[in-house]
Amino acid sequence: MNTMTQTRSPNGGDERITAIPFWKKALRRPELGAVAGTILVIAFFLVAASGTGMFTPAGIMNFLEVSAQLGILATAAALLMIGGEFDLSIGSMVGLAGIVIAIPTMEYGWPLWAALLLAFACAVLVGWVNGYLVNRTGLPSFIVTLAFLFILRGLAIGLSRLLTGRTQIGGIAERIPGDWFAALFSGEVGSGLFAWLAAHGWIGTNFAGNPVVTGIPVSIVWWLALTAIATWVLLCTPYGNWIFASGGDANAARNSGVPVRRVKISLFIFTALSATVFASLQVMDTGSADTIRGLLKELEAIIAVVIGGALLTGGYGSAIGAALGALIFGMVQMGIFYTGVNTDWFKVFLGVMLLVAVLFNNFVRKKAMESK
Amino acid sequence: MPTLTRRIAGSLATTLLLSLPALPALAQDSPHRFVMVTHGVPSDPFWTVVKNGAEAAADEIGAELEYRAPSTFDMAKMQQLAEAAVASDPDGLILSFTDEDALGKVVREATDNGIPVITINSGGDLSKQYGALLHVGQSEYEAGQRAAEKMQEMGVEKGLCVNHEQGNQGLDQRCEGFISGFDGNADQLATSHDPTEIRNAIVAYLNQHRDIDGILTLGSLTADPMIQAMQDQGATDQFVLGTFDLSPIILEAVDAGELDFAIDQQQYLQGYLPVIFLEQYAEHGLMPAGDVATGPAFVTQDNAAQVIELSKQGIR
Repeated sequence: MNTMTQTRSPNGGDERITAIPFWKKALRRPELGAVAGTILVIAFFLVAASGTGMFTPAGIMNFLEVSAQLGILATAAALLMIGGEFDLSIGSMVGLAGIVIAIPTMEYGWPLWAALLLAFACAVLVGWVNGYLVNRTGLPSFIVTLAFLFILRGLAIGLSRLLTGRTQIGGIAERIPGDWFAALFSGEVGSGLFAWLAAHGWIGTNFAGNPVVTGIPVSIVWWLALTAIATWVLLCTPYGNWIFASGGDANAARNSGVPVRRVKISLFIFTALSATVFASLQVMDTGSADTIRGLLKELEAIIAVVIGGALLTGGYGSAIGAALGALIFGMVQMGIFYTGVNTDWFKVFLGVMLLVAVLFNNFVRKKAMESK
Repeated sequence: MPTLTRRIAGSLATTLLLSLPALPALAQDSPHRFVMVTHGVPSDPFWTVVKNGAEAAADEIGAELEYRAPSTFDMAKMQQLAEAAVASDPDGLILSFTDEDALGKVVREATDNGIPVITINSGGDLSKQYGALLHVGQSEYEAGQRAAEKMQEMGVEKGLCVNHEQGNQGLDQRCEGFISGFDGNADQLATSHDPTEIRNAIVAYLNQHRDIDGILTLGSLTADPMIQAMQDQGATDQFVLGTFDLSPIILEAVDAGELDFAIDQQQYLQGYLPVIFLEQYAEHGLMPAGDVATGPAFVTQDNAAQVIELSKQGIR
């Protein structure tokens, strides 16, 4: 979008283009609305949940972990949506990937790393098939991936019933220690720092009287890393431009030499891979796999991406925005437990808060775009 | 659709009736024939145990047992199966009474034709209206109450019921019973299906409500994240933890002392007892006067090992 000119202006500036001040550029970024929405949601909870421990280190870690898991999916969904397509099979892929990790490990004695590799290989295949069908048939990805929403969930249930007679497979936790690949998806980072903080009494205690935060869950590291990589790809590589071009106008892009099909297939593979990362994190975290995992995550990921300022029509959006969208989602989802609202109203609360966040984003973005 | 369904069932019924006239003459010496129709899909481990119980009873008393269930959870199909079962004029019908609208008239039809009906598993409060003789199952509401009593015996003052599927009648009744068992001094926490969200919601809720000292989950889906939350926080000993339903993971946790109890509805008996009762009824006209509650039975650390063994044998 905005980096096409860079290659032609090695000396930093093209006299044909008026210089735009930094702050104006910042105001036009897609994530601006999401920043505003995030501030609004934080402000809401600072008032509604004041003095409840939501913004203590433990409380922050609590909602960040939920945000992080969604954020991993949202990053990939954002790239795909900028590229002009949807993937509704993400949630089901989470369920299937978990089963593909658990069954070989627990039933056939595979080492965990081999089962994880198998799951990632399956994800590549599923992503490729999704992308191939969308390219080949010209059907909306909404329909193609909706079919895979059912197929993948059905496969997860069918396979686990067939091979184990159950829909939940446990006992994986014991297999993690010593597994080089599983280590990437389990445990916490920075334990030393938090031990030091706790020793100085800067971290409170929980309901059990223990220091609450012992480290940063590895899912948060994955989230931040994927967001950073996706942002770099989008803004600093030719491939990033191809994504914007494919989503903006696929025909025009194709005519100017962008390999639109390859771009789209690779993006579908990326969403399936991100679902598998999500599944791996949850399987390692809970020590079990369940066919129901990832239910409705495809929609949550889309919501996060839209909150983050992306257009449903493609060609516009950002990975940072998606990360902020996931942050808002996680905060709202966990926040209700601090506000004292009866949890019978959980979904109403969630929906209303998300709607308010999106409306506010939109409002701020429009205002920013007007002020030229 | 209903008319089509009825027509199919009707034609099935006539074919079956036409092929039957020779049977009554034989009936005096031949074993009694009972038909069991449930909503449990064939691969459901829960219903496999029910079926095992019914088959064991039929073997013991030398009766004939036919077990029928739709291949997917489908009330219309189950209704057809039940109607066909009635038309085959068995000596007794065993039915899981999941849906009053779909199955009520089938039960009425059976009892009008002199076929004794015992309902199992669900719908205990309704099936009598349609002429069923007896219900063998677990009242979810009472099971929730018993869980509350059990917790109070273990010193709990305020309980928490974690409901991962609000709107599911059975689960809602468990929580309602639990809360009433605490005379209202218990909360309900509604969560999603996601294990991370469930775990973090429990931690956040407990941080907010520090007077809670007993937690009940409604199945394996929520029990696992709860156990994990307690392990993460090093708080397993500070709470009384209980759950509904048995699964390998739950049984291991009970055996290891991480869970204080698991509630089982002993569904083996929901298969076994009705066959025995119907045989007695057919033979001598005997039938228990009151419904049979097969659960709640509590699995604790004391008997977990035994239950694990029975579970492998398909009895629990």
